Amino acid sequence: MKGVRHYPGFLGITIVCLMVLYFPLMVVAVYSFNASTSITAWGGFSLRWYVDVFTGPEAERFGLATWNSITIALIAASLATIIATAAALAMIRGGRFRGWKATYGLINLPLMVPEIVVAVATLIFFSTIGLRTGYLTVLLAHITFCIPFAYLPIAARLSGIEPRYEQAARDLYATQAQAFRLILLPLLGPGLVSGWLLAFIISLDDFIITNFVKGAGMETLPTAIFGSVKQGIKPNIMAISTLMLGVSVLFVSLSYLINQRGRSSASIKE
Amino acid sequence: MEVAVSIRNAVKRYGAVTALHGVSLDIADNSFFTLLGPSGCGKTTLLRMIAGFEEITEGEILLFGKSIASLEPNFRPVNTVFQNYALFPHMTVLDNVAFGLKMKNVDPATRRKRAGEMLELVHLSALSERMPTQLSGGQQQRVALARALAPQPKVLLLDEPLSALDLKLRQAMRVELKQMQEETGITFLFVTHDQEEALTMSDRIAVMSEGRVQQIGSARDIYETPSNRFVAQFIGQTNLIEVDVTRVHKGKADVVLPSGQGLTCSAAAASLGRHALSIRPERVTIATRGELKAVVERVVYMGSELQLLTRLDGGTAFSVRVQNAVRTEVPEPGTQIRLKLEEGAARLLTD
Amino acid sequence: MVGPATDRPSGEATYARIVRPLLLPTWLVIGTLLLLPVLLMVVYAFLTKEFRGGVEWKFTLAAFEQFFINRGLFGDEPAQIEWTYINIFWRSIWQAALATLLCLLMGFPAAWYIATRRPETRTIWLFLITIPYWVNLLIRTVSLRFILRDNGPLNEALIAIGIITDPLPILNSNLAVQVGLIYSYLPFMVLPIYAAVERYNFTLSEAAVDLYASRWQTLTEIVIPVVKPGIVAGAILVFIPALGAFLAPDLLGGAKNFMIGSLIDEQFRGSQGNWPFGAAVSVILMTLVLIALLLQARGARRPS
Ligand SMILES: Nc1ncnc2c1ncn2[C@@H]1O[C@H](COP(=O)(O)OP(=O)(O)O)[C@@H](O)[C@H]1O
Ligand SMILES: [Mg+2]
Repeated sequence: MKGVRHYPGFLGITIVCLMVLYFPLMVVAVYSFNASTSITAWGGFSLRWYVDVFTGPEAERFGLATWNSITIALIAASLATIIATAAALAMIRGGRFRGWKATYGLINLPLMVPEIVVAVATLIFFSTIGLRTGYLTVLLAHITFCIPFAYLPIAARLSGIEPRYEQAARDLYATQAQAFRLILLPLLGPGLVSGWLLAFIISLDDFIITNFVKGAGMETLPTAIFGSVKQGIKPNIMAISTLMLGVSVLFVSLSYLINQRGRSSASIKE
Repeated sequence: MEVAVSIRNAVKRYGAVTALHGVSLDIADNSFFTLLGPSGCGKTTLLRMIAGFEEITEGEILLFGKSIASLEPNFRPVNTVFQNYALFPHMTVLDNVAFGLKMKNVDPATRRKRAGEMLELVHLSALSERMPTQLSGGQQQRVALARALAPQPKVLLLDEPLSALDLKLRQAMRVELKQMQEETGITFLFVTHDQEEALTMSDRIAVMSEGRVQQIGSARDIYETPSNRFVAQFIGQTNLIEVDVTRVHKGKADVVLPSGQGLTCSAAAASLGRHALSIRPERVTIATRGELKAVVERVVYMGSELQLLTRLDGGTAFSVRVQNAVRTEVPEPGTQIRLKLEEGAARLLTD
Repeated sequence: MVGPATDRPSGEATYARIVRPLLLPTWLVIGTLLLLPVLLMVVYAFLTKEFRGGVEWKFTLAAFEQFFINRGLFGDEPAQIEWTYINIFWRSIWQAALATLLCLLMGFPAAWYIATRRPETRTIWLFLITIPYWVNLLIRTVSLRFILRDNGPLNEALIAIGIITDPLPILNSNLAVQVGLIYSYLPFMVLPIYAAVERYNFTLSEAAVDLYASRWQTLTEIVIPVVKPGIVAGAILVFIPALGAFLAPDLLGGAKNFMIGSLIDEQFRGSQGNWPFGAAVSVILMTLVLIALLLQARGARRPS
């Protein structure tokens, strides 16, 4: 007799899901170490395409794109985290007020509007107000759509911290600001880090919106890869992809570990 | 008398943990049988093995003489009232009650009718179209009961169904459950950790501790003649005194108290040597000609009763309960009193 | 939805008022950089197209007419329904709906399986499912394009085993787009269903089995209705991005298998673009999404 949790075949489907999700990534990772210039035939193990990424003919273009991507992601994620933290404080510690639901909707608007529509709307807006598309417009767009991604983990964490901790601090003669800085902020820490990491990855990941508002000449890593792929997949693209894959895995693991640590700070209810 | 459920040497192991160490008991058909024991003693495990949610490690379970080991839970003619009711949140009260009948392919008209009757039985006909979340705890409990009774199981399993209710409701439900058992003629197997609950409703009680059955008997049996130290202490309150048995003869034993005083008490079966003597606090009165000498240490006011915490000669703590009548004279702490044991009040325990 | 704490002592009322201005940056940023642009986009849909991109501020229904009505090449024939764009929408909806269904059929069992593991193993499974979600979507789509090619690893493997002799032309087909959509959005289906199953009270299943339901009856009668909010959330999270997807149809579908995303994108490329038309298509897409969200709000309403 198997328990009510058991359904025959579900394990098999789970494994199929994982295979579907991982198979293409693994193939690309393996082929990135291919010594051959042809992407079809296996010519033995080599790191030549990784060397090519940093020294080859496209190295400068990709280097610049990477610089743009990373600086934009750093700034956008940081500003979005600050804005989202302020919003979470007001939404969760501010009680129910008129416009609460509308604000909630506004924060989540970037998630509900299809990406392509956000892209179109943003481009039209910048064009109407006469802002030249380029680094700045990409940055502004990224800050906007990163806010809900930063907001989610921060708000979840904050609503798990009961107000009585701050109340206890206030009871022990802390000012409002001290209660925030000494009690709430440290407790909120893991949420802030997760929010920031999520926003960072989302910014680094974005292609559609960036592609619309970047203007000619400016590239981020995804738009550069896209442009290159349009002319056929070359081995150096696979090396770049594998590097980005590694960075993503590193980030998830980091955010996962931080969350685990945060969870074990026992004073917080789940 | 037919045996509805017969459990033979049931053992349940979860990896290294043994939840049941060879439990055997017979439950008579059309009776109200209670498993009583502290939390963690294996009551739920036993119930879930009968329902079919846990596999039995060793031993067997017979339902009206037939082994049910190979039957999936949905083929066992037993129904359960779950501890937190487990009402289906997306179904109305009526649909909840009719669910078992639907799964047994009873036609819609009949199942509506039968579900309606069941709701009448638990006095909830007016709420049949409500959702479970719109009911109070007591009402949910009744729906769970009606739902489990509707398919007319051979045995109804109830896992601490009253524990989430407040005291008043709990007391009312005790009487009602017993009535319902008598009206339906279905065998009830009831699980509780509350001895008062067990004593008031049950035809027979199995007292369990640490995965073993300690004693099976009527409420009177287990209260009046506890077979061992655990049962004596778990059922009601008792005073345990370490004594030396010097002679055993015809259901009686001569013992020596720590004070050095001798006493004759009742004993089912005993050997010589060191044993525990059990004396219920309400089977003792204050009397100038009493056989035990004690000093009052503290008087606890408990409403209908008073509890005197005393110390016997020889240093044993001993509590006494007296009715709080108008005429009761309450001794002051520090006074010397004498206590008289009622006939048969002192019982030698066997373990 | 993460709501405000409700039980709040009255002394906190002032605190509540102090923190509310903290919403200002959010309103300012999302308000000006997204809400206002979306409204402006709606206006653009009714403006006149100017050559070389851009618009003239003259109101017209031309964009919507172009979408729905065909008056022939020179605009002098009797009006007929224009099927080109409706077909693209139809194909997109169909592809997105199919992807949603297939993601559900794969994602539900996976979510259930993961949520019923012991806590330690559960986090490992969950971790495995979430990693692809964090990997750049472009890279994932490119990987798929790489393995689906005529002489890519998939075809080579199939030929090597001897199942086929000539490569299957999978790339640049509807099938490739479908595979791409499933591959892109499958984690979006698994995660909300997982969250719902994790909260599911398994005693309900036991109660159903106790009342003579079979395993599969328990699934359809109890489990699915109870975790429905999670299923609906997952369906929305897959359907909406799939409907407006750009990368999967563009990189895997080729020129023939246009979806809404590519149609919109095309309107903003260089001098062949048509901004009002692109805005109009976006408005129609957004209307569809709103309908889907409204349906979700209905479906997710818990039995009360
Ligand atoms: N699934 C399980 N895995 C491991 N141990 C269990 C499991 N279920 C119950 N136990 C153990 O079995 C013993 C009996 O539990 P239970 O039957 O629930 O007790 P009761 O219902 O009397 O409180 C307990 O020690 C408990 O920890
Ligand atoms: Mg129990």
